Amino acid sequence: MISLTDQGFDPGPLLSGFCRGRAETGAVASFTGLARAEGGETKILELEAYPGFTEAQIGAIAETARTRFDLQDLMIIHRIGQIAPGEPIVFVATAAAHRRAAFEACDYLMDYLKSRAPFWKKEHGPDGARWVEPRAQDHEDIARWA
Amino acid sequence: MTRVLLFGRLSDIAGWREKTLEPAPARLSELRALLTTDDAALGEALAAPGVQVALDQVLVRDDAALSPRSEVAFLPPMSGG
Repeated sequence: MISLTDQGFDPGPLLSGFCRGRAETGAVASFTGLARAEGGETKILELEAYPGFTEAQIGAIAETARTRFDLQDLMIIHRIGQIAPGEPIVFVATAAAHRRAAFEACDYLMDYLKSRAPFWKKEHGPDGARWVEPRAQDHEDIARWA
Repeated sequence: MTRVLLFGRLSDIAGWREKTLEPAPARLSELRALLTTDDAALGEALAAPGVQVALDQVLVRDDAALSPRSEVAFLPPMSGG
């Protein structure tokens, strides 16, 4: 399941729901990304998406991960709109027969969501607003999967 | 009529997020030229490295023909998660 939402979410029940009814799944891995306050520099994080296109691009990333890691299932929930520090921005869960595939797929999906999924992030702070550009680290992270 | 969408910092530079062009330009290169004539700073930002273009929600790398009702989106470097 892939979903964009402008509402806050609680990762706990999402993970419980994802784990339910899995007699043949040996491993579930999950990742939750939270908005950082950056020492007071970020009061609100604003996430913009391109409706339709963003879901389609994430769907393509998810299909590649499903095949590459032989996943049984996956879940991606991504916030859009205004997000306060400490709130979850993204939740990813992967289900596989064994743990290595579940861990790696989660890692892979997050690297692709960071710099290949159509989102644009703006930090609103005490000195105004600024668009967040991908960091060199994000490009290095994604290069690991080439 | 061509629908043009700007995302991220591009919409701040232009001062708009969405506009329609009538008559519709025939090619992406023609659309770029029109936008640059209106706003040189925007034209420069659209041509910057890392800015991708989606034509009817499909990424295109080079110049492309536009249909009379194309949707063209300019996408600066993406930053999710």
